[in-house]
Amino acid sequence: MATLADIKSRKLLIINTIFIITWLIIAAFPFIWTFLGSFKVREDFFSRSDWWYVISGFNTIIETGGRYTLNAYKEAWIEGEFWYAARNTVIVTFFVVTISLFLGTLGGYALSRSPYRYAFWILITALVFRAMPHITLVSGYLFPFFQLNIWGILPTTIIVLVAINQPFTLWLLYSFFKTVPKELDESGMIDGCSHFQAFRYIIMPVMWPGVITAGLFSLMLAYNDFTVTAMLLSFENHTMVPKLQSYLGTNQHEGNMMWAVASVVSATAPLFMIVMFFQKQIISGLTAGAVKG
Amino acid sequence: MKHKTFFWFMLPTCIAMVLFIAIPIVSIFVQSLFIEHQKPTIEIEICDPFGCKKEVGVDIEAYAALNEEQPLGRFNGLETYIDRNHLAFKELYEGWSNSKNFREFSSTFFNLPFYKALTFTLTYTLFVTPFVICLGFILALSINALTLKIKGPTIFATILPMIVTPLMGSLVLFWMIDAEGIIGSTIQDLFNDPYLSLKASTTLTWITLITYGIWHHAPFAFIVFYAALQTVPQEPIEAAIIDGADRIQRIRYVVIPHLLPVAVFIALISMMDNIRVFEPILGFSAEASAQSFSWLIYNDLRNIEVMNFGSAAATSILTIIMVGILLTPVLIKTWREFGETR
Repeated sequence: MATLADIKSRKLLIINTIFIITWLIIAAFPFIWTFLGSFKVREDFFSRSDWWYVISGFNTIIETGGRYTLNAYKEAWIEGEFWYAARNTVIVTFFVVTISLFLGTLGGYALSRSPYRYAFWILITALVFRAMPHITLVSGYLFPFFQLNIWGILPTTIIVLVAINQPFTLWLLYSFFKTVPKELDESGMIDGCSHFQAFRYIIMPVMWPGVITAGLFSLMLAYNDFTVTAMLLSFENHTMVPKLQSYLGTNQHEGNMMWAVASVVSATAPLFMIVMFFQKQIISGLTAGAVKG
Repeated sequence: MKHKTFFWFMLPTCIAMVLFIAIPIVSIFVQSLFIEHQKPTIEIEICDPFGCKKEVGVDIEAYAALNEEQPLGRFNGLETYIDRNHLAFKELYEGWSNSKNFREFSSTFFNLPFYKALTFTLTYTLFVTPFVICLGFILALSINALTLKIKGPTIFATILPMIVTPLMGSLVLFWMIDAEGIIGSTIQDLFNDPYLSLKASTTLTWITLITYGIWHHAPFAFIVFYAALQTVPQEPIEAAIIDGADRIQRIRYVVIPHLLPVAVFIALISMMDNIRVFEPILGFSAEASAQSFSWLIYNDLRNIEVMNFGSAAATSILTIIMVGILLTPVLIKTWREFGETR
């Protein structure tokens, strides 16, 4: 009996291992492949004759003399002005994260401490807002922004991204502050501080785990956004993702496809590193709303 | 918390949401009621050596003045909603009464942009969502059984498809399945057909997009299931073991019932996300055979010289209505839960 169970569980273990390895290949291989290919010339990465060229670098050796080349990166960053797009992304991401955390912590804290019915209504409204497809909101921005002459510049995009991000940040921080005991700030208020002071001196020191999670999600939203940045920024002010798309649009020009490949790698690498570093926080954030909801 | 304190805490975030989410929704509705001005015409006399002719042309000055005066365009009521590019009632009716059989009607139906997008969006949503839930659940079970040491790296690799922006994720895949990429050329070799391309047929494009959708969304379902698995109580499982239930039975009769509410949550979130499918269509350059609502709106707005605000706004309102229908169950659920806790 025991041996039968043993065989059964070993079988299961083997199936399980095979399944996970297959999945890992499906999930990670495309990125590894693109990463390898970005150090080659176009004829190797988009090779009609043999896909093995991506590894061996047949044409790369002929054209540049080495198996690896940084040409795609050099051209994309300098000629393609990807550095400017990267700069814009850094500015947008930094301000979106800072402002949405500032607004979100205040709001989320207030929502978690209010016993009244209207707090609930605000949360429900936020849930509805969260579900709006971004492009429908963008179609609402364009006309007024043209009329007010604030289309195409970074500050407008930053504030729009902050607003679009607010519903999610509010829910996340609301459920986080719910786990911070009420007695903590009440004890401070008994000792005579105002609600603001209680927030500043008692809640702020203990809120960092929740804030880091919320900040990471704002960061991912701002960094990854395509819809808003592509439609609300003028061509010169484009951030990385719309810039990348513009390389695709002009693919008659031979070098541009490799620009896109190099910029995909350049744009994803920092994101992967951040995620690797903060993996725990991201997972706890995603599940915070889920287990309750 | 006092009302006044609450007000000051909430004020900044509420201003942001009202200004940039609530007002735009109203603005979309208003825009959808208007349409571009008709171009005023003017008669111009053109004279050449063979005599003078009168020709009708666009009066550019008058048109500019008209746009200056009423930038939104002229009032059109709900006409935009039922024109050919949206609900197209007239075309549908004509198609129904003129076509001899169902096939003829369906070709009329699928040539109308709105219904074409509706078909794709719904197909995409209905295929991606269940697959995402199943794959996410199996992944969570498998990865949960791993030893602690390799769990971390496995989870990291698993969530990669989710954290990359859809445009880049789809491009990375597109370059591989393209005729010149590793998968595309292998498939061509396998079938010995040098012209076989995933782009060539509508069905293959749809399958590609749906596969991409599953690849992109499964990690989300995995994470939520994985977290929920940690909350499964141990006592019933132990009881089941004592009663002689094997692994599969334990999952079937203890774990799945416990995770059912979570699955519902994932289904709704993933439906909300799938219905706005947009970036993969650009990434896979699939505009010709697959169009979604978001793509229709984008298409109306992408040319900065001629933006069809009215048309884009009408599609947006229709999209919002669809999202609203989907969202109602979530709202009711949240509502009930809150009622219990408060």
